[in-house]
Amino acid sequence: MDNSIREQRRAAATKARRHVYVETPKFTSYFESMSDAEREAFFKKEKKRSARAIKRRTARHNFVLGIGVLIAIAVCVLALIPIFFTFLNSFMSSAEIKDNYGVIFQSLSGHNSSGGQYLSKTPSLKMVPQYVTIDQYKDLLLMSPTYLLKFWNSIILVVPIVFGQMVVACLASYSFARYRMKRREVLFFSYIILMLMPFQVTLVPNYMIADKLGILNTNWAIILPGVFSTFAIFLLTKYMRQIPSAYIEAAKLDGASEWQIFTQIALPTCKSAIFALTILLFIDYWNMVEQPLVLLTDAEKQPLSVFLSQINEAEIGIAFAASALYMIPPLLIFLWGEEYLVEGISRSGVK
Amino acid sequence: MLETREKRPGSDIPKKSYPQPLQPGSKVTTEHKEAPELALRKKRAHRIRSIKDWALFTGYLTPSFVGVLIFFFLPLLMLLKTSFQKSSTNTDFVGFNNYVRTVSNQAFKSASINTLKFALWAVPLAVVLALLLALLLNSGLPGKSLFRSILLNPMMVPVASVVLIWQVFFSYNGVVNGWFFDWFGADKIDWLKSDKAQIVILIMFLWKNLGYNMVLFLAALNNIPTEILESASMDGANALKRFFSIKMYYLGSTVFFVAIMSLINSFKIFREVYLLTGDYPYDSLYMLQHFMNNAFNHLDYSKLSAGAIVMCIVMIIIVGGLFFAESKLDKDVEG
Repeated sequence: MDNSIREQRRAAATKARRHVYVETPKFTSYFESMSDAEREAFFKKEKKRSARAIKRRTARHNFVLGIGVLIAIAVCVLALIPIFFTFLNSFMSSAEIKDNYGVIFQSLSGHNSSGGQYLSKTPSLKMVPQYVTIDQYKDLLLMSPTYLLKFWNSIILVVPIVFGQMVVACLASYSFARYRMKRREVLFFSYIILMLMPFQVTLVPNYMIADKLGILNTNWAIILPGVFSTFAIFLLTKYMRQIPSAYIEAAKLDGASEWQIFTQIALPTCKSAIFALTILLFIDYWNMVEQPLVLLTDAEKQPLSVFLSQINEAEIGIAFAASALYMIPPLLIFLWGEEYLVEGISRSGVK
Repeated sequence: MLETREKRPGSDIPKKSYPQPLQPGSKVTTEHKEAPELALRKKRAHRIRSIKDWALFTGYLTPSFVGVLIFFFLPLLMLLKTSFQKSSTNTDFVGFNNYVRTVSNQAFKSASINTLKFALWAVPLAVVLALLLALLLNSGLPGKSLFRSILLNPMMVPVASVVLIWQVFFSYNGVVNGWFFDWFGADKIDWLKSDKAQIVILIMFLWKNLGYNMVLFLAALNNIPTEILESASMDGANALKRFFSIKMYYLGSTVFFVAIMSLINSFKIFREVYLLTGDYPYDSLYMLQHFMNNAFNHLDYSKLSAGAIVMCIVMIIIVGGLFFAESKLDKDVEG
């Protein structure tokens, strides 16, 4: 067996050395063995098959994509429902709202009622008002000054906090980004921990210091801790550390002072982050409930966010309008700065 | 051998003495013998510059540092002090008495259990659902940015504005009960005053926070190099395999970031609960903030400060644990 193979190989080698042409059986391919008619038929069939396969694949892809779109749309609808209802219901007349939701608020009638009593009537949830009126808004803006006062309270609390915190944070985070010594890093880490503390922890110290400084029950008790909150510093430092040091060195070589470097290089580079943070801070403080509840004992000074929960039965219609008005500023800001916001959030998570 | 080497030409030229690199343990000496005053001047200039730098950047930091010191660090120290005192006026040292009193307090116990239970449900759900949504939007869906901005909308809306509509949905005679009654003939449930209350606030929490988390995940997904994904799919990795062995590797740190942010936000659920149900909600909704508020109303400072310190420590442990787990996982993946 072994020998015969060896023999064959030897013979082949000898022939190859002598350049002897050995005829091998010619390979005729599948297509060549066919006649022309057969070949054409085959190709026709194959074309049809592949077209069908491609169609099936794209159909499946489209189907999956369609399901994805449907799910996304469903989620979006779920996300928008509460907002839409609030807006549309604010255009109903108060009689219509009472007709629709009176049942609900009858059984509530304040927070402390224990257990609802059974009412056979079910509330009717309506998207589209029967008659579009702006009576609620008229009532809200002209007749009841308390709502406007609360709205104003919210503004004078939030605007100073946002501006103050942004100014303080820009300065501090520039320092943290440029001057990186060991002790500074420790301080920065303690800032991060402070940022992560929930209100439940920081409110008590805030209360105590406000008590000591005698600013309890004034707006300063909320504004000052808000201004020095470290959330903005954390995110801005992350941003400013990404400024290439070549920029700063080039500016230095051109004879820029440190203040010029700060205002003309660091701040413009972080423009989008600053806008994003401003929006985030605005939303966060526009939404605050805990601080005013604890730090402002005077009900007159409370912002609208706290006050809106204390609606009573007679004012449901106005409450809808007030809710809608209250969510307009953040939504407008969102429309204006959505790109900045998305970019800011995105870059905050990526290391 | 040595002798022949010494006799090589040029070996008799005296070697120039270059400043040697510092050996460990050797004394630092300036080798610039030819110009000591220059070296001194350089050194002084360096010191002045470093002091100037320090002064400059400390100057930038000062407003924030002073504020944080006054409004956060010092009060926290005061808090620590009062937590060991009998009361804010009576400064007798009572040891851990306040802590024992707080921790054994029934209200504190149930409040912290409720808060932790809620966080335990809310954080993983917020992470997983947001990740799924991000994957869905990232899978070549048309109108991705539109979906993204719609899903970010709930984050913008103040809690106080939608409380009314939640009330309409979930109160005893509310819409959800009406639907359930119409469709299944189910009995009415008082959602906010039953054991299902936690589910309701979970829905509210997810409604508000999914968009933010999703944007974070979308950013991380966009950062994954597409070549790697493409080559993996060329090698025949299916979608699941690609997700678990490539995307998860790149998403690791983001998952932790999102988890920490969700944890912080889960403490803010108090807003919804307070605005919906007031100071004294159903038992399963009694959150830590309720405890704090009621303690504020009773002006029981020592109990409050002990409670705050306990919470502070718990938060540090949780967040530290998360950071530790992240660093450990990172090492595992890299090594």
